[in-house]
Amino acid sequence: MSKKYAVVAENLVKTYGETRALDGLSLEVEEGTVLGVLGPNGAGKTTTVRILATLLAPDSGHASVAGIDVVKDPQKVRELIGLSGQYAAVDETLTGWDNLVMFGRLYHLNIKGAKERATQLLEQFSLTDAARRPIKTYSGGMRRRLDLAASLIIKPKVLFLDEPTTGLDPRGRLEMWEVIDELVKGGVTLLLTTQYLEEADQLADEIAVIDHGRVIARGTSDSLKKEVGGERLEVTVEQSKVAETAKLLSELTQSKAHIEEGLHRISVVAHGGSARLIEAVRALDAAQISPLDIGLKRPSLDDVFMSLTGHVAEEILTEEEEGGKKKGKKDKRGKRK
Amino acid sequence: MIDGLIIMKRQLLQLIRLPEVLIFSTIQPVMFVLLFRYVFGGAINTPGTDYVQLLMPGIFVQTVAFTVAATAIGLSEDMSKGLIDRFRSLPISRSAVVLGRTLGDATLNIVVLIVMGLTGVLVGWRPSSGALNITLGFGMLLLFGYAMSWMGVLVGLSVRDTRVANSVVFLFVFPMTFLSNAFAPTTGMPKPLQYVAEWNPVSTMVAGIRSLFGLTNQFGATANSFPSQHPITMSLIYIILIMVIFIPLSVQKYKKVSPR
Repeated sequence: MSKKYAVVAENLVKTYGETRALDGLSLEVEEGTVLGVLGPNGAGKTTTVRILATLLAPDSGHASVAGIDVVKDPQKVRELIGLSGQYAAVDETLTGWDNLVMFGRLYHLNIKGAKERATQLLEQFSLTDAARRPIKTYSGGMRRRLDLAASLIIKPKVLFLDEPTTGLDPRGRLEMWEVIDELVKGGVTLLLTTQYLEEADQLADEIAVIDHGRVIARGTSDSLKKEVGGERLEVTVEQSKVAETAKLLSELTQSKAHIEEGLHRISVVAHGGSARLIEAVRALDAAQISPLDIGLKRPSLDDVFMSLTGHVAEEILTEEEEGGKKKGKKDKRGKRK
Repeated sequence: MIDGLIIMKRQLLQLIRLPEVLIFSTIQPVMFVLLFRYVFGGAINTPGTDYVQLLMPGIFVQTVAFTVAATAIGLSEDMSKGLIDRFRSLPISRSAVVLGRTLGDATLNIVVLIVMGLTGVLVGWRPSSGALNITLGFGMLLLFGYAMSWMGVLVGLSVRDTRVANSVVFLFVFPMTFLSNAFAPTTGMPKPLQYVAEWNPVSTMVAGIRSLFGLTNQFGATANSFPSQHPITMSLIYIILIMVIFIPLSVQKYKKVSPR
């Protein structure tokens, strides 16, 4: 493969009994960029990460990290990657410091080097005050940060983050985002999985949407949104003016108006963006309709998912979980309580 | 090898950070010593010897046999917490983690045996052989515990769930330690069980340790079978056999293991 790509996966297939977890998945991550792998639970995100991080061998297909085949030369790949999983994989009895020194030693730093690196990382992730406390006493966000720190000990070429914010409260999530953002600015190549559309939008340069073990769409957040359809003009008015407004907007944009009765909201496809918005404001003003709210709305990644898969991301999540397909998932949930 | 020692150090560090672990892993054997000594001690007839002399080797062997549980539970816990995944993503040898775990559990056994031995002395245990034989006896106990630990690696990595690991091990080890000459004469058992007890590694270990501690083995040896004639040799054969079987299986399992 050409040097440009830090991660390449070609046609990965992995089955667990009857379940086809990966069904010919292919993706690439350009060096120095962030790929967000977006999909609902059970779509194959974790399996993909596990294969790329040499924890699992694919049934068929190829994958390489920094040009090194993950199946043929896993040990070499391990020297180049950092992995942070869905749950904080650190020793909870030990302190943050103990953990980082231990992992540093396992990355073959000498004792002095391991200690220095631990100090640096604790500082970088604002954990210095908690360094001498057992992980058990850490908050969810602190655990994740420590886990992330542990995956950065050797300054990896490629970092894999598997759902780094799942299970965190909003504050913890924001903190994680800031930390990840800093790393990205530092130039690390990152493959990040998430089931949060907002997260992919926020952190990734490029997004690969996966469902049922394969990539169903990819591109930048913007291009995916465009694929779904252009911007929409949304106007909310008083109930008595709904019909009139709909007619007016429909004529103005030459497209069918979509009316949400309960919300008194009318939306139309608006090619031409802000120019259309100004026209609409003028036309409404001329008709003596004063809108309660008016604006251009670009489709969210929720809309993207909906139009690509025909279902909302969350719905799949409950189906999968109810099916009891994954025992491990349930266990994890139990533990979090 | 160094990687293995780092993993082992982690376990010892756990003992410092959470001394409760050490207290609870020694409290059970100590309790057993006291219970058996005072509950059964008066009921079991042991002509010429105090029951406690015969009991101590039995309880030592039982305790080290339970290393299989400690290892299995520890590893399944690491597994369910994702720690094994992290270790497997590190550039360390594929045997480091399991090697470290077994060495750590063996070290813990040293501490437990010391505490038990001291408790034994307090309640009247006086091994009558020389220092060399006593040391050999403890060496053999540690070796047996180490072999059992490798069995625990396979169990822990296979069942993946701490509770399952716990029950699997207890279902297996409890009968194994009681279907033996450890606590009472095997002559009271139904004939088929007597054979099981005679060939049981726990029995050969107990008989071997008793002879190293200068006792005649009053609780077994009904037949002129090989294990009752040569308990030490037989025990060493068992130890080697367990290691030869379970070390490669465990390392193989670790390579492939996945928490799903």
